[in-house]
Amino acid sequence: MIEGILIGLSTALTFQNIFMVMIGCFFGTIIGMLPGLGPMTAIALMIPITYGFDPATGLILMAGVYYGAVFGGSTSSILLNAPGVPGTVATSFDGYPMAQQGKAGKALAIAAWSSFAGGTLSAIYLLFMAPSLSKVSLSFRSPDYFALMILGLTAIAAFSSKGQFLKAMMMVVLGLMLASVGQDSLSDITRFTFNNMNLTDGISFVLVVMATFAMSEALTIILKRNDPTAAAKQVSLTELGSIKIDKEERGKMYKTIPRSSIIGFLIGVLPGAGATIASFLAYGIERNLVKDEEKEKFGKGSVNGLSAPETANNAACSGSFVPMLTLGIPGSGTTAVMLGALLGFGIQPGPRLYMTNPEIFWSVIMSMYIGMVVLLILNLPLIPYIARILAVPKNYLIPLILFFSITGIYVMSFNNFDIYLMIGIAVVATFLRLYDFPMPPLILAFVLGGLMEENLRRSLLLSNGSWEFLWDRTLTLCVLTTTILIVVWHIYKTVFKKKS
Amino acid sequence: MNINTTKIISLLFFIFSVFYLYTAYQIQVFAFDENAPFNARTFPIYLGYSGLFFSGLKLILPDPDTIKVEHKNLEYKKTGILIIIAIIYGATILKIGYFLTTSLFLFTSYYFLGERRWVLMFLLSFPFVAAFMYLLHGVLDIYLRDPFLKSIGVMG
Repeated sequence: MIEGILIGLSTALTFQNIFMVMIGCFFGTIIGMLPGLGPMTAIALMIPITYGFDPATGLILMAGVYYGAVFGGSTSSILLNAPGVPGTVATSFDGYPMAQQGKAGKALAIAAWSSFAGGTLSAIYLLFMAPSLSKVSLSFRSPDYFALMILGLTAIAAFSSKGQFLKAMMMVVLGLMLASVGQDSLSDITRFTFNNMNLTDGISFVLVVMATFAMSEALTIILKRNDPTAAAKQVSLTELGSIKIDKEERGKMYKTIPRSSIIGFLIGVLPGAGATIASFLAYGIERNLVKDEEKEKFGKGSVNGLSAPETANNAACSGSFVPMLTLGIPGSGTTAVMLGALLGFGIQPGPRLYMTNPEIFWSVIMSMYIGMVVLLILNLPLIPYIARILAVPKNYLIPLILFFSITGIYVMSFNNFDIYLMIGIAVVATFLRLYDFPMPPLILAFVLGGLMEENLRRSLLLSNGSWEFLWDRTLTLCVLTTTILIVVWHIYKTVFKKKS
Repeated sequence: MNINTTKIISLLFFIFSVFYLYTAYQIQVFAFDENAPFNARTFPIYLGYSGLFFSGLKLILPDPDTIKVEHKNLEYKKTGILIIIAIIYGATILKIGYFLTTSLFLFTSYYFLGERRWVLMFLLSFPFVAAFMYLLHGVLDIYLRDPFLKSIGVMG
């Protein structure tokens, strides 16, 4: 492991990679501050840029964007009560009341230090957990992988749908259907191409991500007459106040941070969960653990109430890398985008990644530390300046997002058809978004589609066409039982809710 | 059962799944693969049935959280114009080239979204695209096809 850490450090500490972390964190903070534009959009827009780099640098850049977006989201939660990303909603519960009491600077400082500590601690957990889990996952077989992928897809549908589980499952199926277009990986037989040569290689992952996130988010903003920059314009006008944290407040944070980082990391590791659930859970648990006197302050500007979700959401970001780096199965929509980008580089994440490509595996983990330092430097003193950059009017922001999306596809294929297809998918996605059909399950399904088919093929061929492989191994059976329970529970809830 | 737009979308998805399933059954596989435990049409067939299952459930089960969209508050005109500009951009980018079409796309998009600060519109289109092209083509070595710039000798 020491050797791996040194390889990772030497890769992450090159001038180019430090610069990429800084660019990624800066860009991510800006996008994260804009309500409606989340980390997935930010990462999707970065994909064309990463083509010019080696895979390690590309992934470091995307990881920096990810932390930056979560970090930036907390700023708009505290100053404006307008969370930039869902993972920072819980931050606004105590951050915004603090800002209203004239302690905005202090709230930002507590959030920044908590994020820094949460991210750093979880990077340490990742450092120890990822190699061990990689070794364990080497014993996994095709049926286990197939079952884990189904669980991942069901879990993301359950968590991302806000009570609309069936809609999310329809998006999962749609994502898998889109992934099935093109040549079959084994027999080279073309499927669903309708004799169109442009579809022979399948639909590009970047195309689907750009269409369903960057482009459709831009179109939704115009369609709904939203102005994501309107809130940001007020930030520079806000009086921040002192950013100094006193001894008593530090004492409270010392207790909150370790436990919230563990909660955040473990929730982040679970497929489909992530920063949002982690932050709410950490907030709830913290409220139950503090003294009655402090409990009264929750929702009115409590230091513990602000520190807990901020620590947990950053810890969850690092945790979500665990299933992607060790199993090759992303646990969230954001890491699914990163997995897709890695596959584009010709790298298959999974248990062997830290042996075959140690520089990627370790440099990403090491870059997390650097990223946290960069974010601490960025978020505290530079927030008013970043806010001024954000005052770019919507009229400029939207065309620029469309421009980045179309450029991303153009540099990949030099093909009109792909641009038309992207616009078509974006229009459909915009319409579906209006009716609360979630997009992250679609992306995760699209990325996993090929792998899922491959593992089902192996399982069925090895069992000579029998479905016994689903209950032959205890692990497969446990995972599938969990999946069935999730499906049944959500369908039951749908029926029960109406009757009640 | 209430008929709302979500139900209509579910019905459309159900019909789409029927079509997908029909097409999946039409996939030509090799003769020796016809009765194999797994062939090119196996996975799509399962997907087709999954689509029928989930959209069918959405259709028949009650919809407790009906989403109501106020269509009169939606900005269809600007969105439509933006989509048309994007389609024209896609249609011309290969023939005319990246620089000119992208700059014009940005400039016209700013205009149709209501922007009238001409100098800023110009700066955030032509020079901005030139700088971005330099970043991609010159710094990151990502190839950009541009017949227009090639014809005037700017690009090799």
